[in-house]
Amino acid sequence: MSLRTRWRKIVNVVMLSLTGLCALFTVSVLFFILGYLLYYGGKSLNWAFFVNLPTPVGESGGGMANAIVGSGKLLLLASLVGVPIGLLGGVYLAEFGGRTFSFLVRYTTDLLNGVPSIVMGIFAYTLIVLPMKHFSAFAGSMALGVMMIPIAVRATEESLRAVPLVLREGALALGASKWRTVATVVVPAAIRGIVTGIMLTLARVAGETAPLLFTAFSNRFWSSGWNQPIASLPVMIYTYAIAPYDDWHRQAWAAGLVLLGFVLLANIGARFLVSRGVSFRQV
Amino acid sequence: MVMKTSEESRPTESAAGATTPWPADIKMRAAGLDFYYGGKQALHSIGLQVPTGRITALIGPSGCGKTTFLRVLNRMYETVPHALPQGEVLLDGEDIFSLDVVKLRRRVGMVFQKPNPFPKSIFDNIAYGLRINGMAREGSMAEAVEKSLRRAVLWEEVKDQLHKSAYALSGGQQQRLCIARALAVEPEVLLLDEPCSALDPIATAKIEELLFNLKEICTMVIVTHNMQQAARAADYTGFFLMGRLIEFNKTAVIFKTPARKETEDYITGRFG
Repeated sequence: MSLRTRWRKIVNVVMLSLTGLCALFTVSVLFFILGYLLYYGGKSLNWAFFVNLPTPVGESGGGMANAIVGSGKLLLLASLVGVPIGLLGGVYLAEFGGRTFSFLVRYTTDLLNGVPSIVMGIFAYTLIVLPMKHFSAFAGSMALGVMMIPIAVRATEESLRAVPLVLREGALALGASKWRTVATVVVPAAIRGIVTGIMLTLARVAGETAPLLFTAFSNRFWSSGWNQPIASLPVMIYTYAIAPYDDWHRQAWAAGLVLLGFVLLANIGARFLVSRGVSFRQV
Repeated sequence: MVMKTSEESRPTESAAGATTPWPADIKMRAAGLDFYYGGKQALHSIGLQVPTGRITALIGPSGCGKTTFLRVLNRMYETVPHALPQGEVLLDGEDIFSLDVVKLRRRVGMVFQKPNPFPKSIFDNIAYGLRINGMAREGSMAEAVEKSLRRAVLWEEVKDQLHKSAYALSGGQQQRLCIARALAVEPEVLLLDEPCSALDPIATAKIEELLFNLKEICTMVIVTHNMQQAARAADYTGFFLMGRLIEFNKTAVIFKTPARKETEDYITGRFG
């Protein structure tokens, strides 16, 4: 074997190993985090965690029931804002937009997506919390809802674009108006992609802490309605993790596990939906 | 452009301002129709008459404008920006460009080249047109759906699986489903854009046979690349070339004694 051949083979092996190691590292980071959470969080996860309210320091048996429900409430109201706006905006971009306006909308949507979440928080703080003079679940939901919009818009737009033109033409040729075609044929055909997009956007927004710090703030008790500060998992993790109490650290791990569990479920569920999706079987 | 006609379908040339009665044996008429995509002219002064209750075939090489012309008849070009027709097209004497487009498309239906069933059940595919046009109450929907499926010769094959997805059908069945779907709204004219080009010969034969039987209820205009199909199935044939209608006559005349050399060259396979 000549020197050149040998050199080539060495380079091949080195590059393969290098790239393989990097890929492995990427994957192992996730499993590392998962492993840590499963170990530390799993130990502290019990029925009390899900069902009880936080207890004063020193008392055992505290839980994060209010934070779990609180995160749920925040996500619910955020979805009510983010999903319709994102969905209809995506429909406009895919079906009705003119070239220039659509380009502008798409571009600014992507920019909106890049706005740091803490800036969103300040924004909501200034516009909602200050006039209301108190923290509230409403303010937190608005901040999260606005963060959901860009992803929902893009996911909806891309799913709608993937619907073949002939399907639209088939409906138009039967005498359907443009809007009717979109509502009764195109959107149902794209629904899988749209739902996937919504699940991914929920997963992203579920873990956002910064905007909640000065909008929803937190609450050690149940909150009723939308006008009171509300507990949420990410903020509880923050509060408990930096506190000097062991019991709280354990609960923070458990909360981290629950939060990650939700995010992973949403992501895996979304991918599952997409992979099972049949596309438009052409002849 | 020369248009030859037989005694059966006499054109009534209307003088400027005079109203002549619309003949019953003509369903649609185009006169002086130009068509532009952006700046480019795709159709030049097309004039022809579609006879009622007959199958009219439009033949010609790729890109000759026959599909463009077909899509003017139900204004489907409107989905494309910068598409502009000029000239006259009449349906039973009415100008199609002034008609409400939704009403026009109910009267002039279309079947596309590749089957395009909606991602719904077989039943809902057929019912779609009926529902959006408010044509049948839910009670009589099942009868209307059965009627359409029988006309498209698909009923026997799918009667037990109406609630299955349309995508479970084979290509030929899907195309017959699309024909049934178009027929459900009881159009007066059915436009078919190379309906069999994606199908095998047996499926093609089934469709040609059902089209023959539809003549009683519906006028048909079919664009086809397949000359044998035009010769088999059509009563009248129009030959398009480079955006112009070269010749239009009874099929037998076009294929046996074409008047124009271009027609003869195309028919005999010298080009196209």
